[in-house]
Amino acid sequence: MEFKAKSSLSSKIPTASIADIVFLLLIFFMTVTVFRRHIGLRVTLPAAKATQKIESRRLISYIWIDRSRRINIDDVPVESLRELRILVKEKLQETPALIVSLRVDKEVPYRYVAETIEELKKADALRVNFGTLTKD
Amino acid sequence: MKLGKKRGGLSEIEIPTASLADIVFLLLIFFLVTTSMNPAKGLGLTLPPPGEQVKIASKNVLNVYINAKGKVLIKEEVVPVEDVEEVVKEQLKENPKLVISLQTDLEAKYEDMINVLDQLKLAEAKRISLAVPQL
Repeated sequence: MEFKAKSSLSSKIPTASIADIVFLLLIFFMTVTVFRRHIGLRVTLPAAKATQKIESRRLISYIWIDRSRRINIDDVPVESLRELRILVKEKLQETPALIVSLRVDKEVPYRYVAETIEELKKADALRVNFGTLTKD
Repeated sequence: MKLGKKRGGLSEIEIPTASLADIVFLLLIFFLVTTSMNPAKGLGLTLPPPGEQVKIASKNVLNVYINAKGKVLIKEEVVPVEDVEEVVKEQLKENPKLVISLQTDLEAKYEDMINVLDQLKLAEAKRISLAVPQL
């Protein structure tokens, strides 16, 4: 038998570096993950072509206004707009560079949005973002 | 002497690392699942501080009106929403210092206001003011 297999040669896939690769992936996901996820209210956001990503997600507070005019800030129901101002002011003290993202149902009359924006102005939360979906 | 013999012996001491990958994979899967990959999106705007009323020469202001039915009025002319971008772009070319004042009827739908704001953003209008209707 001329083509005798070399029985002494053992082929092995090196697995020692798998842990390193996975650690790298793990670190990536750990830094990217933001744990503050809110339940929010059921809203249908309007779509806009000029929609942009907000880079600093850790600075965002969300205000929801749904079709039955319920207002919710970071999952805390708000009864009056005065209450909203106090809550926003508190959040602003924690994160001075706060961005308020308004997630308003597209069928809501503009009156409620205008009133909310007025309260935000009074609370000195001047960085506002209108939450929209991307439209092609 | 027995201890010394053991130390010098051929037996190798190893930390088992085979399961390390498994543990890390488990952690990785956990973070993969919890990560929300849909980033926050929207149209950004910086509001003016309250009570501060800056007088702007009326020639530097472009009023954009939206009525309750979502119709848009610019300079006494009804403009279809899709054409707002073009009209505003032209106006901005003529006068780069232009401040666009978006006046929305309180009964207008939020969607109509966003549609116009979107057009203004597409027209690269940097100075947009949300005028306050009499509440």
